[in-house]
Amino acid sequence: MALLQIAEPGLSAEPHKHRLAVGIDLGTTNSLVATVRNGIAVCLADESGRTMLPSAVRYLADGGIVVGSTALQAQALDPRNTVVSVKRFMGRGLKDVAHIEAVPYDFEDAPGMVRLRTVQGPKTPVEVSAEILRPLRLRAEASLGGELTGAVITVPAYFDDAQRQATKDAATLAGINVLRLLNEPTAAAVAYGLDNAAEGVYAVYDLGGGTFDLSILKLSRGVFEVLSTNGDAALGGDDFDHRLFCWMLDKACISPPDAADARRLQMKAREVKELLTSCEQAPVKVKLSSGEEVDLVITREDFAEMTRHLVQKTLAPVRKALRDAGLTVEDIKGVVMVGGATRMPHIQRAVAEYFRQEPLTNLDPDKVVALGAAMQANVLAGNRADEDDWLLLDVIPLSLGLETMGGLVERVVPRNSTLPIARAQEFTTFKDGQTAMAFHVVQGERELVSDCRSLARFELRGIPPMVAGAARIRVTFQVDADGLLSVSAREMSSGVEASVLVKPSYGLSDDEIAGMLRAGVEHAGDDMQARALREQQVEAGRVVEATEQALAKDGQLLNEQERAEIEAAIARLRALAQGQDHRAIKAGIDALARATDEFAARRMDNSIRAALAGQKVDEIEV
Amino acid sequence: MSIDLQQDYFALFGLPRRYRLDEAALEAVWHKLQAEVHPDRHAHLPDADKRRAMQWATRVNEGFRTLRKPLPRAQYLLELAGVDTGLETNTAMSPEFLMEQMEWREAVEEARVAAQVEELEQLHHRLQQHAREVLAELETTLDQARDYPAAADTVRRLMFIEKLQHEIDDALEALES
Repeated sequence: MALLQIAEPGLSAEPHKHRLAVGIDLGTTNSLVATVRNGIAVCLADESGRTMLPSAVRYLADGGIVVGSTALQAQALDPRNTVVSVKRFMGRGLKDVAHIEAVPYDFEDAPGMVRLRTVQGPKTPVEVSAEILRPLRLRAEASLGGELTGAVITVPAYFDDAQRQATKDAATLAGINVLRLLNEPTAAAVAYGLDNAAEGVYAVYDLGGGTFDLSILKLSRGVFEVLSTNGDAALGGDDFDHRLFCWMLDKACISPPDAADARRLQMKAREVKELLTSCEQAPVKVKLSSGEEVDLVITREDFAEMTRHLVQKTLAPVRKALRDAGLTVEDIKGVVMVGGATRMPHIQRAVAEYFRQEPLTNLDPDKVVALGAAMQANVLAGNRADEDDWLLLDVIPLSLGLETMGGLVERVVPRNSTLPIARAQEFTTFKDGQTAMAFHVVQGERELVSDCRSLARFELRGIPPMVAGAARIRVTFQVDADGLLSVSAREMSSGVEASVLVKPSYGLSDDEIAGMLRAGVEHAGDDMQARALREQQVEAGRVVEATEQALAKDGQLLNEQERAEIEAAIARLRALAQGQDHRAIKAGIDALARATDEFAARRMDNSIRAALAGQKVDEIEV
Repeated sequence: MSIDLQQDYFALFGLPRRYRLDEAALEAVWHKLQAEVHPDRHAHLPDADKRRAMQWATRVNEGFRTLRKPLPRAQYLLELAGVDTGLETNTAMSPEFLMEQMEWREAVEEARVAAQVEELEQLHHRLQQHAREVLAELETTLDQARDYPAAADTVRRLMFIEKLQHEIDDALEALES
């Protein structure tokens, strides 16, 4: 990079620089990474040409870590150290995990989220997920030939705050800058909607390996508006496998199998399920550790019968989502099927019957989420082309509230509110001279705190002593576009300000994450300093470019002096970015951000004014 | 010179300050504004822009939510006019209305205990009809007569009806799961 860059005034130095951005579908069973190349979204393949990375991680005794199909193959051999379907444990405590008895792991209960004891010590689901994300990042960087600007990571729409935060942390741990957490059905709707120029109200039925989502979206002139979403964060293809597994145990009269046999039978169950998608019946042959052999046959009908209750279980969220959207099945123009589990014929039949129309299966249910995420990542990174003029308006899936007297929940943010959203509620003290107040933030639809998910507890201190009922404590919930919550509380009446900001967490502190990050980087043989420097240089380049584009477009909003100040801050940052001190570069980035704060405000006002221009009151008054 | 983040929602959406509203026009402006201010449009920009985008997008969503549905819109108009619609300060509802409410409530409770889904859905539907009739009064009292105390009374009645509808929703949901 030249020390002095010469560019025409009003022109950015690199006007059409393409930023490398990807979409990642971090799935229960398989994970994928996709990007937009020459305007077309494509899934990226590994060196052997496979796009799907099995979401399996094996920890070896020698400190090595194997991810993907190699790990999957070791399942029966080394079940305790080979983690599959880790997504089911994200942001979950021991008591939240279904069928825990059938999972061959050595769990350690920790506040908020379980840990798995492996040969390399206890691992959180966040760390395991990061191991899956890391090779996907490396695959993308190798394939695209450079460092990523960032990624859109998809999550089940029905994921709560703890599960979303855990996913974001896993990405950070894998060295990925998260541009946005995107709901899986919304990602699928984007891919489907843009490919088919769809308009109208659509339902997305998304049955993954471990999660079920149903979203209702209105597509109109480039706007994807989620009207409602519902689901079950603990229902997926895995449960269908589990039914088959139980059937095998029952038929073959196996009392609790050992860990290796359990794995063998589970793998067979998955295989049989997939076989029954195309065949009317399937053989079930498994050799057990004892030398005994299981030899059974199952028909498609038997399988449909034994899993009918699971299919029925998906229809309750469908009904609720329709009711929340104020719609009936007649209003639905099409049903988009997402997730490998929707290949099961009896699921397609049930969906067709319920919606009274054949579901749309003309897209690959395994890839559509990653492709949609890639399209959104491309736009978020700033590679917007004219045809990319679409907007996503998503919602929060579960209500947020506070605990009140008697263990009841006071709803503050109702489910299906369009994001971002902020809501405030006022509370008061109930004792004379009370100087502190405790808050308990929960998420869920039930009336009792004990039936909802606990997200955070915090205390507001320093309330000036007053008589009971005189203090006015305002608690504000802000949910951002990722669906992540932050809460603040402030005493209003006295002018004395006491405020607190909580990030709901599941027991992992920022320090712990920083520690894991260091360990991870060391493990990967990466140089932490070099990586930090590179990251800050990329960020500095990005910020400078963005600011210059803004100056070129809206420079007239500044007077000469203001413009000179911003240009000076740019020049300083440019010079710093040539150096080797990542902290100094960070400081330069922050300084430029402060220098452009007012400019950003004026530009925002200006764009709103432009949006409303010609929109005179009397024109609308018809 | 700067647009005030605190300006009222009608001004923010460039719509006349009144109860009668063209929902399609409101939605079109909502989309237009979000196309400018939504955080997705600013994700590649510095943190200062991102923060501002979130504040604006939050405000625009809150405005849309407030204006879209008749009851919150009426409440908001009364709030702008300085009229309190709070139930805590005004509990003097007419005896006829309270009697009617009690009858509705008993019917809902009976259907809930007997787990009569269809009956609950029927009640919901009838309440909806009833709410629509009451809402029709608002256009006259708010936009034409500008009789704010009368409008506030109607709003309070609607709040009762809405609460009852929520209770039916919750009962239906509980019966389904």
